[in-house]
Amino acid sequence: MFLLQAFLKEKAVDGLIPWQQQQAAAEKFQLTVSEMETVILQAGLLPARYQRNQQMISTAQQLQLFQSKVAVVGCGGLGGYILEELARLGVGQIVAIDPDVFEEHNLNRQLLSTIKLLGTAKTDAAVQRLAEINPAVKVSPVKASFGKENGRDMLGEVDLVVDAVDNIPTRLDLVEICRQMNIPLVHGAIAGWYGQVVTVYPGEDTLQKLYANWSGGKGIEAKLGNPSFTPAVAASLQVAEACKVLLGQGQSLRKRMLSVNLLNMQFDEIPL
Amino acid sequence: MKVTVKLFASFQAGRFNLEIRDYPDQTPIISIVQELNIPEGEVGILLLNAVHADLNQPLTDGDVLAIFPLVGGG
Repeated sequence: MFLLQAFLKEKAVDGLIPWQQQQAAAEKFQLTVSEMETVILQAGLLPARYQRNQQMISTAQQLQLFQSKVAVVGCGGLGGYILEELARLGVGQIVAIDPDVFEEHNLNRQLLSTIKLLGTAKTDAAVQRLAEINPAVKVSPVKASFGKENGRDMLGEVDLVVDAVDNIPTRLDLVEICRQMNIPLVHGAIAGWYGQVVTVYPGEDTLQKLYANWSGGKGIEAKLGNPSFTPAVAASLQVAEACKVLLGQGQSLRKRMLSVNLLNMQFDEIPL
Repeated sequence: MKVTVKLFASFQAGRFNLEIRDYPDQTPIISIVQELNIPEGEVGILLLNAVHADLNQPLTDGDVLAIFPLVGGG
């Protein structure tokens, strides 16, 4: 360990470890790049990729993010952006859950979809994409629908869940499992020009209130579809919430929902 | 009685964002939803004077009613 620390200190430039040196150190000391990232952060150094995080996220917090495990349920419109942003943020372990493969009608908005990947499992695309962005992040793909029966197994040892599901009954199952397992949940939903985001801590019935009038079927997204920009907005708000929940910082959208109307550029806060 | 009705998201299209409207005393929320041709199945949160309400709740003079659609896509 002393040799490794000395090696890292020698390679550091203004406290930053360039990616090539992280890789070289991992090889030299027979660690994975993930293990090396932990060592770097524990030594008070910063992988160079995070240097623009530095002013808002300290090295200790960067380590906290890297040691966090987040499940993203749904890898479509919202999920694609959420996965991308969590990996770039430096969340160390990500569980990506989705049963589907990419289809042509996903191309208008789903970040991970490309012509080449039509027919490919969304979870496989997530693994590939995140490995290209940040190989230190461990991605666990789960190609299955989230449900009451299998949900608990999927969310094992997770610190936070991000709801990027495309239907209301699964969202209600998800929040119920999170309640049972004491896991905070960041909810996001979209339809056309509109979106909503709220953070639910264990013991709160925010989402049940939100969908109290639901009696079956889809929301207004069935009529309105979804364009390219609404998932990006809602997903980014969700990741900002996720970052704050993981670090215990700022004021989250707890018991208050942010309702987003991009057609009239109206942002409303609704008490829940 | 006068009721301030605020509509959100897709419910604004072809209707209004905010209007002060006249209704008979004790009109239930559901009658307003129907009058505005909002499909009941699309109704999400209802806030009556910033507090959660359900469709059968009756209104009184000066109430502020906010109607949001169900949003569930991802």
